Amino acid sequence: MITEIGHLALILALVVAILQSSLPLYGAAQNRAALMQFARHAAIGQLGLVLLAFLATTYAFVVSDFSVMLVANNSHSAKPMLYKITGVWANHEGSLLLWILILAVFGAMVAGFGRNLPPTLRARVLAVQAMIAVGFIAFTLFSSNPFTRLWPPPIDGKGLNPLLQDPGLAFHPPFLYFGYVGFSITFSFAIAALIEGRVDPAWARWVRPWTLWAWCGLTFGIALGSWWAYYELGWGGFWFWDPVENASFMPWLAGTALLHSAIVVEKRDALKSWTILLAIVAFSLSLIGTFLVRSGVLTSVHAFATDPARGVFILVLLVIAIGGSFALYAVRAPTLKGGGLFQPISREGALVLNNLGLTVALATVFLGTMYPLFLDAMGSGKVSVGPPFFNSSFVPIMVPVLVAMAIGPQLAWKRGDLAGALGRLWAAFGAAAGIAMGGMLLTGGGDILAVLGLAVVGFVLMGVAIEWAERVRLFQAPLAESWRRARAIPRAAYGMSIAHSGIALVMLAIIATTVWRTEVIQVMRAGEQVNVAGYEFAFEGVRDLNGPNYQAQRGTFQVARNGRFVATLEAEKRFFPVENQATTEAAIHTTWFADLYAVVGDPDGSGGWTVRLYHNPMVPWIWIGAVVMVMGGLVSLTDRRHRVGAPATRRRRAIDHGMPQAAGD
Amino acid sequence: MRVVVLAALILLQVAPFMPAGAVNPDEMLADPVQEARARELSKDLRCLVCQNQSIDDSNASLARDLRVVVRERIKAGDSDSQVMRYVRDRYGDFVLLKPPVQPSTYALWFGPLLFAILGMIGVTLFMRRRPASLAPPALSEAERRRVELLLAEVKDGDGRLTP
Amino acid sequence: MRRLLYFLPLVLFAGIAVYFYLGLHRDPRAVPSALIDKPVPDFALAPLAGRANGRETAGLATADLRRGEVTLVNVFASWCAPCRIEHPQIKHLAEVLKVRVDAINYKDKPEAALDWLVRLGDPYGRIGADPDGRAAIEWGVYGVPETYVVDRQGVIRYRHVGPVMPHDVEQVILPLLRRLGR
Repeated sequence: MITEIGHLALILALVVAILQSSLPLYGAAQNRAALMQFARHAAIGQLGLVLLAFLATTYAFVVSDFSVMLVANNSHSAKPMLYKITGVWANHEGSLLLWILILAVFGAMVAGFGRNLPPTLRARVLAVQAMIAVGFIAFTLFSSNPFTRLWPPPIDGKGLNPLLQDPGLAFHPPFLYFGYVGFSITFSFAIAALIEGRVDPAWARWVRPWTLWAWCGLTFGIALGSWWAYYELGWGGFWFWDPVENASFMPWLAGTALLHSAIVVEKRDALKSWTILLAIVAFSLSLIGTFLVRSGVLTSVHAFATDPARGVFILVLLVIAIGGSFALYAVRAPTLKGGGLFQPISREGALVLNNLGLTVALATVFLGTMYPLFLDAMGSGKVSVGPPFFNSSFVPIMVPVLVAMAIGPQLAWKRGDLAGALGRLWAAFGAAAGIAMGGMLLTGGGDILAVLGLAVVGFVLMGVAIEWAERVRLFQAPLAESWRRARAIPRAAYGMSIAHSGIALVMLAIIATTVWRTEVIQVMRAGEQVNVAGYEFAFEGVRDLNGPNYQAQRGTFQVARNGRFVATLEAEKRFFPVENQATTEAAIHTTWFADLYAVVGDPDGSGGWTVRLYHNPMVPWIWIGAVVMVMGGLVSLTDRRHRVGAPATRRRRAIDHGMPQAAGD
Repeated sequence: MRVVVLAALILLQVAPFMPAGAVNPDEMLADPVQEARARELSKDLRCLVCQNQSIDDSNASLARDLRVVVRERIKAGDSDSQVMRYVRDRYGDFVLLKPPVQPSTYALWFGPLLFAILGMIGVTLFMRRRPASLAPPALSEAERRRVELLLAEVKDGDGRLTP
Repeated sequence: MRRLLYFLPLVLFAGIAVYFYLGLHRDPRAVPSALIDKPVPDFALAPLAGRANGRETAGLATADLRRGEVTLVNVFASWCAPCRIEHPQIKHLAEVLKVRVDAINYKDKPEAALDWLVRLGDPYGRIGADPDGRAAIEWGVYGVPETYVVDRQGVIRYRHVGPVMPHDVEQVILPLLRRLGR
């Protein structure tokens, strides 16, 4: 019954979305306030209906209603409650439902918080949002219905892939979708602006907070996925450049570029048509990512995973959404008049360089991800494009971007003083040179690339610090003065510094762990000891134990350094009888500067066990750095100019003071 | 394996999955230099049955067999490129995670460079299009007063013209 | 001219969409054999011990496939479920259509393989036992079942990955065998 209510709610949501995608557009064209107003109510109503549908599905999972096909196929009564709930989106149909839910949440947020948007713009934005919703709800209802019943219901469900029964992966999709779908708002703003034929600094100011939100979500989602891979797949890898990862990384690159080019639009009224293009591209890549993952074009796990009907449906959606917006772009973008002028050496110039680098990197990742498909479709043979290609092409492209990241903020708008900026950065150059020389000495000139990479990291970190110190006149003015200045710096500037440091930390960690990791793979018997990067791992053997829905073999290591106890590591192999699958649970102890990582493999039949022990230097900082980046985004969002739906400048705010902000109501 | 897994997150189908991959002690070569070579080569060879994973990362049985073959060839005195050719002769270009540079992959290998060049040309043209002289038109009286007001406001900020 | 530049994203996307469409109908996992139109690789396998009387008791080696006869080489294992599915087709080819079918028994226990053949029927000419899968690597085998068509000169002409289904026999294998002059 509840399932049918959910089904009905989703059908109604489709109807509402169809109305919301058409009436307000007409209203905006005819300047009919009531029709434009309808968009707001529709967006909020749509959220209610989609939420109902989502909750109905969740309920079916929670009570293990196996008469619902989705539940029977993806759940099991013996599964812990957490994974019953997260199991809702750990499958194709449910994850679509989550996608639609987040889309509705964003739509309702525009409706609710976008009160001081011009009414026509808001109506158009919400209408475009609704068009996306129509596509996805229709896709769900017609090709991937989560409410399909099964008769007779099976006694119990088929269970959930045990790899997905894990907190890291359970919460990976919501954040990822938050990012993907967040870019739908920027997309809708871009389309609405093209329809209106108007892009100005106010538009950029409305768009930036949404971009930031989406970017934060995507950054965190990608980091969670990478973290999961690191601890779950059992050999300490954290990034594999596989198509599924690239599908989430490409929107991130586009979104990062958008974040920066929107600044130029806001501050300098320039780069308008480029920013619009990036907004469309960021969301298009989110859609393409969805297509790649779900159609089986790149990742099919033999024929049964591929459902060509679904693939064709999504492809049609893609063509309508992306093709339609690019067509609109082709016609309308030339009419957008560029504004502010600037010289190549300027803040804008640095942001353009950032965009150039990110775009080339994006194009490279796209090329590498799609190349096997292109070649195959042309009948020119099958190739694999793996990490060696991406590492050798992506990394060199990103180096100038990182360097520009340190120099750019030193440059003034319009016309910068490069010599002055570089002069102020003398300490950063010093740090880089020091790291480079120290590194060469320490490694004996062995890993030149790694050392140079670390030098760049040092340059960036120092650059960020210098930029801040210059702003507050640290040690150039009395401390009280510096303190006053530090408090006066806009939050957005702090956000930038924090996010840039986060990037540098991620780089640092990736370089260190890639180059200086230690690995020991051998057979060990209980009582034996082995030294891994200065740590003594004493193996105490393996014993059996039972988990809630699995059986485990747990291997225990006592780790000591210089005779002093460091940690007890308990690595497990788990077997899930319902799913008939095994997982490894690596045991990880972090010292913050490194991870000790232990995995138990197979027994050798005579009392020994294969063990894999790793010392991964700096590796936690990959994810700490990512969290720092997200924090930078969040700090930036607390800037009053970035508050969602707060486009009024300070001056206008002062004039409007005391008046209800109800311009559009 | 990872692709399989992430795809499984969203698709329903999961291939038989065996976690904890990589080399086993019994496969390893006694000579550490040879073993290190084998590891490096293994990282560039694709495990054909597990999609987008190197044989070094996978414990699918075919990956294991190929690891053994790689070591066998190394022990037989093959150079790195001879080992790679040996595997490629049997499994084709598909087995190489680093695609060979050949006419069908020129677009792949030279694409990034081409993107960078095109991008730089584009940016240069974009900059050129704008007059190099940034001499602003003279300010009107009203504008001058606003500028003064703004400057006064900025002074108590961070001292720079960042809004 | 500048206006045309704004059409570039649309044009690029149109191209990409076409490739996506083409890609939908392809299996990214189907890997063509590197050995097509190459001579049969060097290998020599011992026979499957204990095969019923009246059967060829020799193993399978390169020379056996260069004897002027078009041959199917079927890679199978008793533990492989799809092999069971294709077995009637293999039998049909060998017993009704009188095609010479040799086999490589991949990573199998001899007793399990014999038992499997007794229960499902043994249509094979020669069978080479490949317990460690080493010979299969020479052939570029990456899963079971796989089936190769070898021509009179001992050159590999075709590889089929996965179970051979009746329509594969009708539409691919028989026409090919006819072309090869059998």
